[in-house]
Amino acid sequence: MIATALYIAVGTVGLAQVLAMVRLLRGPHVGDRILALDTMVINAIALIILAGMSLGTQMYFESAMIIAMLGFVSTVALCRFVLRGDITE
Amino acid sequence: MTLPLYAEIAVSVLLLIGASFTLAGSLGLLKLSDAMSRLHAPTLSATLGVGSLLLASMVYSFATGMPSLHEMLVMAFLFVTAPITANFIAKVHLHRCRDVEDLPQPPADKIWATRSDT
Repeated sequence: MIATALYIAVGTVGLAQVLAMVRLLRGPHVGDRILALDTMVINAIALIILAGMSLGTQMYFESAMIIAMLGFVSTVALCRFVLRGDITE
Repeated sequence: MTLPLYAEIAVSVLLLIGASFTLAGSLGLLKLSDAMSRLHAPTLSATLGVGSLLLASMVYSFATGMPSLHEMLVMAFLFVTAPITANFIAKVHLHRCRDVEDLPQPPADKIWATRSDT
């Protein structure tokens, strides 16, 4: 049962990733593109968690943590750059 | 290894809930018409979606006899940082994607920090 649910979940989250990528390509404003990138990072975290579950290892949670941190910092840095033209000021 | 039935059901239901909320967040990001309403849809996938998936992973690790609470760290980090990124993206929308006359009025004797021309 868990294996079937895992397959369905991987397919659904992959579809969500594709939809976010469509918004990334289409997004009329730069804010929409940043938001789509943020969503893609979150979906990537979800995919990595699912991979860790299906492979049965604990190793993937460190990478999920690192991707969460990098996604947060990169989103904030992008927003700062768009807003002020300078990240560190 | 066979898990007890309640663990299988709990993990499967949590997986399906998390995946469907993640899909709902991305669908809202794609389908909603306004930039500000698009902003609120992916918070679904950030909190409920990934939260349910991490909870499923935690229940699974406890059921298989290798208990781990690492997932709690990722969940806490996402819950803390999601409002901050949403705030920043909303600021980008407000200050870069709108005309000056559409912005709300700043308080008296104040200007928008990122819109020196108002």
